Amino acid sequence: MAIYQLNVNGERREVTVDASTPLLWVLREDLKMTGTKYGCGISACGACTVHLAGVATRSCIVPISHVGDRAIVTIEGIGQDTVGQAVQNAWVDTDVVQCGYCQSGQIMAAVALLKQTSKPTEQNIEESMGGNLCRCGTYPRIREAIKTAAAQISKGGV
Amino acid sequence: MPGIRAGLLLSAILIAVALWTGSFRFAGTSATAFDGPATAQGLAAWEQIYSVLTHPRCINCHTATNYPQQGNERRRHIANIVRGPEGKGVPGLTCAGCHQETNADSTGVPGGHNWHLAPLSMRWQDNDDRPLSSGAVCRALTDRSKNNNLDGPGLLKHHEEEPLVKWAWNPGQRPDGTVRTPPPLTHEEFVAATRRWVEAGTPCPR
Amino acid sequence: MATTAFHPDLNRRGFLRVSFAAAGGLFVSLYLDPKSVTLAQEGPMPAAQVKVCPPDAFVNIRPDGKIVIQVNRLEFGQGVQTSLPMLLADELDADWTNVIANLAPAADVYKDPVFGIQIVGGSGSIAHSFQQYRELGAKTRAMLIAAAANRWNTTPDQCRTEASVVRGPNGRSATYAELASEAARQPVPAKINLKSPTEFRLVGKKIKRLDSSAKCNGSLKFGLDLDLAGMKVAVVAHPPVFGGRVKKVVDDEARRIEGVRDVFEIPLAKGSGVAVVADKFWPAKQARGRLKIEWDLAGVEAADTSELWTRYRQLGSTPGNVAVSNGDPNAIDKTIAANRIVADYEFPYLAHTPMEPLNTTVRFDGDHAEVWAGSQFQTGDQMAVAEVLGLKPEQVTFHTEMAGGGFGRRAVTDSHVQREAALIAKRLRGTPVKLIWTREDDVQGGYYRPMHFHHVEVGVGPNGLPVAWRHVIVGQSLLAGTPFESFAIKNGVDSTATEGTADTQYNIPNLHVSVHHPKVNVPVLWWRSVGHTHNAFVMETLIDELATRAQMDGIAYRQKLLKPEAKKLLRTLDVLDKATAGWRNKLPQGHALGVSCHESFGTGVACAVDVSIENRRPRIHRATVAVDCGLAVNPLSVESQFQAGLSFGLTQLMPKGAITLKNGVVEQRNWDGYVPPYIVDAPVAVEVHIVPSTEAPTGCGEPPVPVISPAVVNALARLTGKRHRSLPLSSV
Repeated sequence: MAIYQLNVNGERREVTVDASTPLLWVLREDLKMTGTKYGCGISACGACTVHLAGVATRSCIVPISHVGDRAIVTIEGIGQDTVGQAVQNAWVDTDVVQCGYCQSGQIMAAVALLKQTSKPTEQNIEESMGGNLCRCGTYPRIREAIKTAAAQISKGGV
Repeated sequence: MPGIRAGLLLSAILIAVALWTGSFRFAGTSATAFDGPATAQGLAAWEQIYSVLTHPRCINCHTATNYPQQGNERRRHIANIVRGPEGKGVPGLTCAGCHQETNADSTGVPGGHNWHLAPLSMRWQDNDDRPLSSGAVCRALTDRSKNNNLDGPGLLKHHEEEPLVKWAWNPGQRPDGTVRTPPPLTHEEFVAATRRWVEAGTPCPR
Repeated sequence: MATTAFHPDLNRRGFLRVSFAAAGGLFVSLYLDPKSVTLAQEGPMPAAQVKVCPPDAFVNIRPDGKIVIQVNRLEFGQGVQTSLPMLLADELDADWTNVIANLAPAADVYKDPVFGIQIVGGSGSIAHSFQQYRELGAKTRAMLIAAAANRWNTTPDQCRTEASVVRGPNGRSATYAELASEAARQPVPAKINLKSPTEFRLVGKKIKRLDSSAKCNGSLKFGLDLDLAGMKVAVVAHPPVFGGRVKKVVDDEARRIEGVRDVFEIPLAKGSGVAVVADKFWPAKQARGRLKIEWDLAGVEAADTSELWTRYRQLGSTPGNVAVSNGDPNAIDKTIAANRIVADYEFPYLAHTPMEPLNTTVRFDGDHAEVWAGSQFQTGDQMAVAEVLGLKPEQVTFHTEMAGGGFGRRAVTDSHVQREAALIAKRLRGTPVKLIWTREDDVQGGYYRPMHFHHVEVGVGPNGLPVAWRHVIVGQSLLAGTPFESFAIKNGVDSTATEGTADTQYNIPNLHVSVHHPKVNVPVLWWRSVGHTHNAFVMETLIDELATRAQMDGIAYRQKLLKPEAKKLLRTLDVLDKATAGWRNKLPQGHALGVSCHESFGTGVACAVDVSIENRRPRIHRATVAVDCGLAVNPLSVESQFQAGLSFGLTQLMPKGAITLKNGVVEQRNWDGYVPPYIVDAPVAVEVHIVPSTEAPTGCGEPPVPVISPAVVNALARLTGKRHRSLPLSSV
């Protein structure tokens, strides 16, 4: 066990956990932030996606010892960001979710895409969202919502 | 004297073979004018290098396609990971997003500094994921228009010092706890073979 | 008669309480808190103020104007948490912006009115509770009006309702919240008039889901997210072969992991396993990985996929138990070879792998237990937990949690996950424990859509229509040995294996369908659309082949072959014909059309896809579906179900979309070995056309699934000349 100082959604948090513990489980069980989800534990599904120093990262495979002082942003905090807000709004407006379990990860991936590519093509969307699994199959609406969010962002509105 | 005669004879045979094969050429730089046994040694060293380069720990990131491979069976990487414009993935799915600076043994994900795919110019497979021939890989490796302009000594330094190359000998654990198989030579043997090959003028087989 | 039992120590919220009378009428009683009670208040109320309500209640009109509706179903993506409340709120004339919907706990009053148990399945939520929820809303409204009429000394016909307000003569008005306690004292109407469809304000409209925001900001809690004071987490090591037993466990390394509390053997539905209890998930999982377990596999059948294919193929060449025998069973033998299509089909085991890993939390207190589970089968699960703990079901409080998908996986007649959790809770008495099945446990843990083999012989008549059809199906019975056996298995035929073929709406003379149900040591379960998953594939690919032989358009051929009674299918084909007229015969080079239609769970669906081959996989550029589900309660929900359901259905075509066994061991471990569809595999765009209808609503949860795989494979046949009959599609 060791003490780790973390920067989560702009706040300083401290946890005492085993070094091998994935960031996902530190978030969920030590910090009680359950918005980031466990889907597979082997980075195959993306339900655990967070942003680590601005980079979309699958938290189920990053041991806490590898995090360091990099800023962590989770689904609970992404709404503080204008791109995050636009994506969440677009998701709700487009009625994307079904069971919703994958959507934290989908949103975090979409935000990462839109921060880099403000006018994503169909191919951009497919490649960047290509590793986020949705068992319900909400993919067609995810595409629509990303395009809606992109349009909102470029209009300057949120 | 017998030694010199033997040496001359061997050289003569080698030149004859070289002329006969026709397509045989010194692709590399700093080739000595008259190599003889050094060439044979160089080619033998090259085959050792080739056995490392085509090992899964290396070749999995030297693909011809828009995806990396993983595992000893060199299957396509999970989660539809793609190459991206710079071999570093795409926004939302960058290589470094999951592959950290060092191996994450508790979760079974390999890591190394600046994890990314080798550029397509450095592909060592064909579009059907089959390793290219020894000659083809050698030519790719020694073509300075494709290999980031590395000469022989540059290649040696790359093999000796590049973190992602060295990763192959410290490839970490899989999720099931087993350690990934390293290449068939040790890193020292690999570097030594590279040195021999470079000193021989980086000869390539047909 | 409605009973009004009060239990002082239950919680103190106001309820609209409903119970069924034996005669089938609906009795409604309304109780509301005194206004002094706020819901934010924690802690017990003074005894005199406690107005306790039995747990069987549907509507709570809160003093603050919020209307809390209990949903008698699991919400696991299908949108029922929005559409059932819509029905109630519309009849109630409630202000929709103030409606909150909760998932009801396990209780008799929440049973499915048709199935008689609390269950989600068979796409029956709307179909079975349509009338129920409307009546609940209408009767509540009637009582509110009666209370207002009383208050204003007028008559009910002088009162109107709108957005949670009753308006009376002379400009009088009162909110529902203000009237609620008086309404509670009104007699419950025995009969009630419901709105005519023209009066609907919500029903039939595209209403957005109530749970969207919470699912988009991480605040919605699924079962896996539950956190209780003092809670422990457990994982179970299951035998590598179904039914194996623990012979020996060496657990010293496991126990050395910090946070591990206990390691012990537990009996399973079949065989036994080893439970690990820890403070948190990660130490539990690490510890399980360090267990050294010797398994006793003596006498346990080791199922093996290649052996099963051999066995199934052999069975398929002989007639089985007869499901349908119309006309001459030997008619097919009288057709000449040139006029006969002989086709063998193979379908592998499929895992559901819903996004949220299976989990259940239980706390056992000796004379009472509390359970939290995203269960599709509360009645059975509650009974199972009670049985394990030596309690009566009414001593088990069973909370229904929001679930991350299910597709049938959360409705298991042996309640095996709940039983595991209860056994662990029993040992931890007093401490709540959350049992988590890892994704590996899930992929390897059984309860799959069974493997099936079909052997079909079709005789083709001179006009291209079938003249004989002999069909043998081989596959494990889902319901043998379960409480449902007596309904579904007749004459040795489990109808869940033959649905889609035996009940075909095509006019096929001399149709003979029989089935073999081999016993295999692999637990099996219904997988979204059940028997239709394979039967629709066989039917719709063979029909396509017949249409091609007859040189007819796929839609026209089906229209010709369907019986006139196949009203829904005929309507959807007609709509599909018109909806795709602009593109289906004008596809670019390298693209091909695929068509299919199928009715399941009362809903008719026709589907057309535009497919090309990219990177050696089918690329579905667009899909158009026409749906006849009777009245579409929430057309937005229907649209979503079809757009997403098609993508789900493609699980069957994925190259790594098969569970296989070798020497009894499942070969796949996680989503790396069993790979479901990602965005690139799904249709790029899906257009949904709902056939306008005022008929009683039928479900949309499962009907999207059967049509997509045959449609895509029919398109591939045009592109490559190859007819795929063996799933999954490992190459195209």
